[in-house]
Amino acid sequence: MIEIRMHGRGGQGAVKASMVLAEAAFQGGKYVQAFPRFGVERRGAPVEAFTRIDDKPVQIRSQIYYPDGVIVLDPTLIEVVDVTKGLKKGGWILINSDKKPEDYDFGADYEIHTIDATKIAIENNLGSRAAPIVNTAIVGAFAKITGLVEMDAVEKGIDSAIPRMKEENKKAARQAYNYIHK
Amino acid sequence: MKMTMMGNYAASWGAQLSRVQVIAAYPITPQTLIVEKLSEIVADGELDAEFIKVESEHSAMSGCIGASAAGARAYTATSAQGLALMHEMLHWAALARLPIVLTNVNRAMAPGWSIWADQNDSLSQRDTGLMHIFASSSQDILDSTVLAYKIGEQVLLPTLISFDAFFLSHTMEVVDMPPIEDVDKFLPPYNPEYKLDVNDPRSFGALTSEEHYYEFRYKMQEAMDQAINIIKKEGKEFEKLTGRYYDLIHPYRCEDADLILVTSGTIAETTNVAVDELREEGKKVGNLKIRIIRPYPKQDILNVIKNCKKIAVIDRNISCGYHGIFAQELKSALYNETNIPVWGYLAGIGGRDVKIENIKEIADDTLKSDKPEDLIWKGVKL
Repeated sequence: MIEIRMHGRGGQGAVKASMVLAEAAFQGGKYVQAFPRFGVERRGAPVEAFTRIDDKPVQIRSQIYYPDGVIVLDPTLIEVVDVTKGLKKGGWILINSDKKPEDYDFGADYEIHTIDATKIAIENNLGSRAAPIVNTAIVGAFAKITGLVEMDAVEKGIDSAIPRMKEENKKAARQAYNYIHK
Repeated sequence: MKMTMMGNYAASWGAQLSRVQVIAAYPITPQTLIVEKLSEIVADGELDAEFIKVESEHSAMSGCIGASAAGARAYTATSAQGLALMHEMLHWAALARLPIVLTNVNRAMAPGWSIWADQNDSLSQRDTGLMHIFASSSQDILDSTVLAYKIGEQVLLPTLISFDAFFLSHTMEVVDMPPIEDVDKFLPPYNPEYKLDVNDPRSFGALTSEEHYYEFRYKMQEAMDQAINIIKKEGKEFEKLTGRYYDLIHPYRCEDADLILVTSGTIAETTNVAVDELREEGKKVGNLKIRIIRPYPKQDILNVIKNCKKIAVIDRNISCGYHGIFAQELKSALYNETNIPVWGYLAGIGGRDVKIENIKEIADDTLKSDKPEDLIWKGVKL
């Protein structure tokens, strides 16, 4: 079973990202679970969402404490939240950032990836310049770095989980997929 | 067809597959999505039903009672304070013998104001005379809705289907949605022998003296007793249709277990995983999920636990002044029948997360202990 934790800010689409990711894995024939940290969400406040992916039905019903990977939708969260808390040894971190992976140091042996999902989102008119919605670009990058889901499954996931601007969202996911290095 | 959905939508689609004819409901977090989806389904013409927007949960159940008495298949959903407000009409629905289905998202009662998982809301309705299911997955929510009508309409009792806030209500997972044509074969239209009909006038709920009231209760109890066999029979029929079997209890690795954990709701699912890990450590532990608490599956439970040495009940609820309600119920079932010791644990109250490690700790503590205790507050911060 693969467990993923998503860090974002209210309004960025972290919860939706956890669901698109799950939907993509489901389209690829997996069993999935996606859920938000059970709090009361406020725009701009740190939020978390979780995705589990397995070959058999998922029975664990608790939140995720020891993720295999972490996705950070807003790099400023790294200053305020311990994003690597519980992250498994050798686990991966995917950060929405215009910096390079080597610019980050979490003081442990993690696989770090960065993708400028904000730029991709703005280019595709997803959200506003001030509050871009970066979730679909991040899922495209996730597909590439983990190989857990195929790009066409991501597109099917977007079709099924995103209500508006499906084509722009798919394009953003593809751009991120093609851009990020594994 | 397999698809992903949140637990709340599994309830909405369960109602749609059951072709409910009247929905009277009032929104409340974390149930809101159930009602929202149903109002969409009805507005889009995908379900031929009357959707009644009511001003309170008391009215929601009252609306269902009127509809069901007139012979319609009626549905509502609520949570916590909303269920409490319905309380008076729950007694009415049960004593009037109306097979309404009510979904309750288990949420902690306020104050402190909370929207998180806790079973005290629905267990406070234990004695109203409704059959009471605790679903533990989104699939269970959807299937239980169809089954509740099939069973309830035979024994003429309403059913309360409860499931944990957020751990199910807002969690997206894979659900196999049966084709409605299959459900139609399983669940025929509701056609009660007696109903409100202007062309055939009758009195319902009229003044009932001591001459007859006692017998009303007798008949209700008889219906509950009959329901046990009907739940099993319909569970098997449903299995033929879908491959999924639902019973009053679901034991997991209990056959040779020294210790049996007794659980319900989502904690039961996590406990299955904990049991697998405990078994790998060489500890003979099983999990007995109580899916239905009314009618109470006493004989089924006795059959499963008869060879174990210890029982630990995990309750996400408490009857303050005594202890966990599932533990009380279990002990009363065991008395006079066996002397297997029972430990009563609380966990997950007010939505506190119950992790695999918490369940393993409960198992380990019980295995080590030789003195049963009624009330152990697992993880309480004092």
